[in-house]
Amino acid sequence: MSSLYSDLSWLPRPPADFSALCRSVLDRPEALGDRIKALASYALDQNQLVRLSKIIVRAQGASESLAPLTPYRLGVISNSTSDFLATALVATAARHAIALECVVGAYDQAVQESLNPDSAIHRSKPNAVLIALDWRGLPVRFSPGRRGEAESTVRVVLDHLNLIRNGIQRHTPALCIFQNLAAPPETLFGSLDRTVPGSPRDIVDSVNRAIAEEVWTSGGALLDVAGIAETVGLANWHSPSEWNMAKLPFSQEFLPLYADHVCRLIAAHCGKSRRCLVLDLDNTLWGGVIGDDGLKGIRMAQGDPAGEAYLELQRYALSLRDRGIVLAVCSKNEDENARAPFRHHPDMLLREEHFAVFQANWSDKATNIQAIADELALGLESLVFVDDNPFERTLVRKTLPQVAVPELPADPALYARTLSAAGYFEAGAFSEEDLKRASYYDNNARRAVLQKQVGDLNEYLASLKMEIVFQPFDERGRARITQLINKSNQFNLTTRRYSEVEVARIETDPSCFAMQVRLTDTFGDNGMISVVICRAPSREEWEIDTWLMSCRVLARCVESMVLRELLQHARGRNIRKLIGVYRPTDRNKLVEQHYPKLGFALTEQLPDGSTIWHLDVDAAEIDPAPMTVRSLFS
Amino acid sequence: VTEPIELILTKVFWDVFDDETIALRPDLSAKDMPDWDSLTHIRLLLTIEREFRIKFTITEVGDLKNVGELISLIQSKTSSSSPQS
Repeated sequence: MSSLYSDLSWLPRPPADFSALCRSVLDRPEALGDRIKALASYALDQNQLVRLSKIIVRAQGASESLAPLTPYRLGVISNSTSDFLATALVATAARHAIALECVVGAYDQAVQESLNPDSAIHRSKPNAVLIALDWRGLPVRFSPGRRGEAESTVRVVLDHLNLIRNGIQRHTPALCIFQNLAAPPETLFGSLDRTVPGSPRDIVDSVNRAIAEEVWTSGGALLDVAGIAETVGLANWHSPSEWNMAKLPFSQEFLPLYADHVCRLIAAHCGKSRRCLVLDLDNTLWGGVIGDDGLKGIRMAQGDPAGEAYLELQRYALSLRDRGIVLAVCSKNEDENARAPFRHHPDMLLREEHFAVFQANWSDKATNIQAIADELALGLESLVFVDDNPFERTLVRKTLPQVAVPELPADPALYARTLSAAGYFEAGAFSEEDLKRASYYDNNARRAVLQKQVGDLNEYLASLKMEIVFQPFDERGRARITQLINKSNQFNLTTRRYSEVEVARIETDPSCFAMQVRLTDTFGDNGMISVVICRAPSREEWEIDTWLMSCRVLARCVESMVLRELLQHARGRNIRKLIGVYRPTDRNKLVEQHYPKLGFALTEQLPDGSTIWHLDVDAAEIDPAPMTVRSLFS
Repeated sequence: VTEPIELILTKVFWDVFDDETIALRPDLSAKDMPDWDSLTHIRLLLTIEREFRIKFTITEVGDLKNVGELISLIQSKTSSSSPQS
């Protein structure tokens, strides 16, 4: 589990050609800052951070503009080897929209660096100084059982830190970033360490409390190294071998994590913390698809382990809201369906009044997220978007790169932890005002008006390398076909249900034409995503008895490709006319306009609201969409 | 099927030195490569530890003279940790 943290698992993996991308990034000056930030936004290991930092240093040396990144100078005072730290910080800072210059003080000379007005740190006029001292670099003395000595040790450590701080602030207005101490795993008595004054655990706890109070009362910032180390495990964090080999203060496995924490803190002090959490619904806040599974079918109930996992994210979102983060919804759904769980499901923790904006519609998510930002008058860089679907995540990342979009693990029980580990809502301070911020926004779950579509969807679709596979009904697909027929509610033109026996009969019925459709893309195999059944009321006509599709693949031109395939088979069998039927239910409003969008003409409207549509097979022309077609009809 | 040590090690060198033209030979040493300073050496060792899932002791790495010795060291460490290979 610690790999979530050491691997920065909320960030996408770097592409295979990351080195080449780094090498070519300086080839042209346009949007250099944005392109460097994009490279920094992958989960980079130490060597990749070194590579990127070299590029950044070179660009800074050549006075290239790195706008819109904010220039920032950080001094680092340390009792260990900080060269690696400096390179990691420079590259990581770009991820947080900061063009960082790092000035490293002389090795193990914290006091001299801070007091001497001519030191490298002071000459650089830093915006902030990171006082990266661990217990080895501070006058920490363990004195088990001697309370008086223990208390004086805490005072001495604090005096030492204040000496450094005063030295720094005498010469510059820089922000001082203190670190607290990660306790060494080695104990003296075992469990008793916690109770004996002056034991290592006691000294570290007392020093950490004192540092926190000092920062709280007299300003500065605290980097909670103790918290980071405890999160990944003290025995993983402390590496005696690496200290011994090169005076590295902690296991370098965690260098990318440590650097990200420092940069979050700096970004927060630059006012770059994110303020709004945008949440998908289906399979993110609950298990299942509300439009298909209904209120009773979605999973989030107490007592159902699979359902309870989703409540973790709800609980976390609610606690973020309590500390001032604005919540919004962005979901592909009918508005009324999407709101139903918030209104009627007894186990939901989140309710409509917790949301400022509630976007449930069928337009693409990038356009909706832009509308949310506009409605709240927040910049896109204030938004975090959480969605279980990699298609939507990648679309939003590509179209709106300012929005933070975490990768999610397979297990929904870990969604909340992953979101927290990403640190998007890092704060430099916390005030009464923050506490109320979420309530400043009208939390009326209102709908934001969509402006014109953002980004080029076709270009994105083309990048997905989609392959669509058509094949006749067969025994292997029968169970899944039957399942789709009986469970799809939203993208379902007629909502006719058939048993497995009936599906088997359709396979061999010469008056029927039936297709199962699969889709794969760069994210993997989406499995069977569509089913079509035609029946022939006459020798020259096919009536589309059933046409359904999984909503996961909406807005990807799958429908028109299905029609293209259908037309080919119709022509091969001398069919002249396709008859489409739309039978309205309370769930399938989504496809009310399905047939006219595909070029069918209305011929009849029945009293029950059903509509009948015709398409002339010979005249019909459907443009191909960006995907490869594989037809397994013989 | 695991890749031979030389191949994995070559990729580690490419990664650490950001140079995909490096070809390893047993007598290659820090003297031959200007970028191979003490900090890069540490990064090299850390990356090898990560890639091969092994840990070096300070004595082991202190004695290393060239790539040939490095490969022998990795060989001895990987064969003792996974007896089936």
